[in-house]
Amino acid sequence: MNGCAMTAACWFQPLLLLLLAPLIQGCARKLKACLQNRTGASVLQPYWDLLKNLRKEEVLSETASPVMRAAPYAAFSATFLACFLVPVLFTASPLGFAGDMIALVYLLALPRFFMALAGLDAGSAFGGMGSSREMMISSAAEPALVMVLFSAAVRAGSTGASETAAALAAGGPSVLGPGLALGFIALFLVALAECGRLPVDNPATHLELTMVHEAMILEHSGRSLALLELASSLKLTLFLTLLANLFIPWGMAGGTEPGAAALSAVAFLLKLGALVVTLSVVETSTAKLRLFRVPDFLGIAFVLALLGLLSEGILRLGL
Amino acid sequence: MNLLPASAACLALGTLACLLLRRSPVAARSASLGAALLGSGLMLAASAACLAGDAGQAMVLPGPLGAAGFSFRLDPFSALFCGLVSCIALAASVYGLSYASGYDEKAAALGAFYDLFLLAMALVPAADNAFSFLFAWEAMTLSSFFLVTLDHEKASSRRAGYLYFVMSQAGTALIFASFLILWRAAGSLEFAAFRLAGPALPAGAKSAVFLLALAGFGLKAGTVPLHIWLPYAHPAAPSHVSALMSGVMIKTGIYGILLTALGFLGGGPAWWGGLVLGLGAVSSVLGVLYALMEHDLKRLLAFHSVENIGIILMGLGAGMLFSSFELPELALAAYAAGLYHTVNHAVFKSLLFLGAGSVLKAVGTRDMEKMGGLIKNMPATALCFLVGSMAISALPPLNGFMSEWLTFQSLLSGFGLESAAGRLGTLTAAACLALTGGLAAACFVKAFGVTFLALPRSEEALKAVESPAFELWAMAGLAGSCLLLGIMPGPVLRLMHAGLAPLLPAYPLAETPDLAAVGILGTVHPAVLLGMLAGLAAAAWLAVRLYAGPARVRRAPTWACGMPGLTPRMEYTSTAFSKPIRLMFAFLYKPSREIRRERMDQPYFPGAIHYSTEITYVIRERLYRPSVRTMLRGAHLVRGLQAGSVNLYLGYLCATVTLLLIFLIGRAR
Repeated sequence: MNGCAMTAACWFQPLLLLLLAPLIQGCARKLKACLQNRTGASVLQPYWDLLKNLRKEEVLSETASPVMRAAPYAAFSATFLACFLVPVLFTASPLGFAGDMIALVYLLALPRFFMALAGLDAGSAFGGMGSSREMMISSAAEPALVMVLFSAAVRAGSTGASETAAALAAGGPSVLGPGLALGFIALFLVALAECGRLPVDNPATHLELTMVHEAMILEHSGRSLALLELASSLKLTLFLTLLANLFIPWGMAGGTEPGAAALSAVAFLLKLGALVVTLSVVETSTAKLRLFRVPDFLGIAFVLALLGLLSEGILRLGL
Repeated sequence: MNLLPASAACLALGTLACLLLRRSPVAARSASLGAALLGSGLMLAASAACLAGDAGQAMVLPGPLGAAGFSFRLDPFSALFCGLVSCIALAASVYGLSYASGYDEKAAALGAFYDLFLLAMALVPAADNAFSFLFAWEAMTLSSFFLVTLDHEKASSRRAGYLYFVMSQAGTALIFASFLILWRAAGSLEFAAFRLAGPALPAGAKSAVFLLALAGFGLKAGTVPLHIWLPYAHPAAPSHVSALMSGVMIKTGIYGILLTALGFLGGGPAWWGGLVLGLGAVSSVLGVLYALMEHDLKRLLAFHSVENIGIILMGLGAGMLFSSFELPELALAAYAAGLYHTVNHAVFKSLLFLGAGSVLKAVGTRDMEKMGGLIKNMPATALCFLVGSMAISALPPLNGFMSEWLTFQSLLSGFGLESAAGRLGTLTAAACLALTGGLAAACFVKAFGVTFLALPRSEEALKAVESPAFELWAMAGLAGSCLLLGIMPGPVLRLMHAGLAPLLPAYPLAETPDLAAVGILGTVHPAVLLGMLAGLAAAAWLAVRLYAGPARVRRAPTWACGMPGLTPRMEYTSTAFSKPIRLMFAFLYKPSREIRRERMDQPYFPGAIHYSTEITYVIRERLYRPSVRTMLRGAHLVRGLQAGSVNLYLGYLCATVTLLLIFLIGRAR
């Protein structure tokens, strides 16, 4: 395969994530519905919602400033840009050189910053409540996220997502260790908090006292809402991709040979499917935590990540 | 060309002119700011010349009767700090052209002390012997003290000034002590002699010098637990002076720590680095936690200075740690990260203070709970403040992101250290940095959101007007610098390496590639990130427009739960916004609250409810208050000695002379 095809295949990866994102959300909703003895909407429903919202008229608060209208674009572009930094099917990512996993953490803070500002902008108490809670949860999640990503990075000796995934894919069974399992669980917990899933936040609720993320974007409608919804499903897909590619080390293709690429695509979809099933089961079987239990929950994630890191250190360098 | 004397003369003349022109406020203000602009411009040129390789930027004035004279000389390291001071001074002076007119009844005092402050601040890094250094240091402290107490009619300003003065003098005493040890070893007050004698000191004396200097300079920098003066003194000064104090004055403390630890002592054992790293981690987390609880906009920014000094110290501490393990590449990257953040913090913090000054002038209060909705009347100020807020929250692709990213890279590379304690320490510091980043973003969502967004919470906020042109230019210049420093890490890092060269003569000062920043473990290319962000946002806009046509927007009132209309009383306030964090860290804040209901006849419709909440400042209550109390108790005990009776004093004299005589006679035997 020549370099050109490699580049094209690389740049195709973030688009794949963008196209898959509503489907992932639809699958999670459908599975949850099945687990709760409901029929549920079609797995394609998020696509229809998205297209419908894009066409709808936008109702904007009279108190809102340009920040409110700019926020969806900022949130979407930063989340989508984060997808360019991670490997999906191949170990190479299109813009891996322009940002490593630490940059990824900061890049994901950008949408949150603007969404929280937009939450305050309309002047409604709901928006303020959502913003305030979201910022608290994310500030507790950030140390855990950094530790998890770093525990993955020490295996490759690089904070680049592609290098880390490549080291993991190439390492075979030798990379298997307690660090991998601990890191996986920690990142899964962080993903629940970051993407506003149960038991931290309930994506399906609009009950005023329990919503966090939904309260923050309550005043958005029409195309703004569509972009924000797309951004949040993209973020979920991104976290599942990170879980699949940094902690489940099987099936990733190094190059773009058709056979390997097809195998990689199958493996990726299988891993993603398994993760969605896990997510739905977890979401169905847990109750929402009280808001002030969330720091403890994320504290567990942090400690697991730190333990994973220390175990790597002990295996590698001795005590 | 030697521009240093010209610049110093310019600022000194500005000071004198202000005192002479005290009858005419306009003339005094123009003279002071004109001299400040010219003097800072010359100083910037001198620093740039020095960094470009001209070693001749110097000023020597002989002392009287053979005593040590004044000697100032720029080397690349001091030029870095001098240049930083002059850049921020330029922005603050342009801003002052319109802002200082609000202080016209005190124009002469403001003008004279302003120029003196700038002069002293630029001469601190330029000093080439201990005498000049301490002289400039004291001049800087005193002139800033008078600027802090400019509003001396207010009791709060006097208290802030008093606290600042007492703490600063204590700090200077510690620096004196540290220089005295070096002077005894070197036999001279020249820094060149210190550099020769320092590394040869015995280990105990070295550590004593380091600890004294760390405490003395750390006090000026505002590290926890020596920071208690900072949140009171910085907000009390006029805003363009606050910008200078928070932006650059506290950086002279960083300069002093580096000068002593690396320049004079040539590095030290690993625990020095560990100590600095620990101080940095504690300062950053505590600084941002206390900032979150503030609703005084300027004090919030002042607490963030404590936080950012912590981040700088984390970089420098990691560097010292790596130095002691003989890892020069890692150490260099960590020092460069610390210095990079020093520059970045100077730029975005002065931008934020200038923005806060414009807001303060428009609304007439520093209390954020009385602001809101200012973005509608002050859009340009709001945009500049937003850029500053994003930079301090380390959002890509602005400058705060770049330096925090580099600091992360250095801390995480501590994973390869030989010692388990070093590994654990650097990782804990990295976790603290991540926590700080998240909390800082929360704090600036609050600061920007409550100040500029939603409905105005007071009449003044409703009637606010946009800042004048000079203020906007100054802020726009700094906001532009935030972006440029963020997307061009290559040239900035090369500058930092040039500045570090005199301190670390044996280190491999590598050329960094253009634009891309190369950390130890990864790369980042902020210009690409910026381009992609803009490109993707434009693509999203275009795609939506092609699919659904032009946006159809209907304006409607915000849903207020069925109440007839949204009022500012329904909005989230600053106190409400930070409540989850207040409860999350209740073990530290020990918050107390008081709710008082006014009784009404009907049980279902309560009357007015008063709510007040307070937090405890642990360090002030647990560290300072007990020691002050002990001191006062001691003073109370010895008060009996000084009863005011002349006979008693004569008795003391008599007793002393008798005792001395007995002592002398005893010795003679």
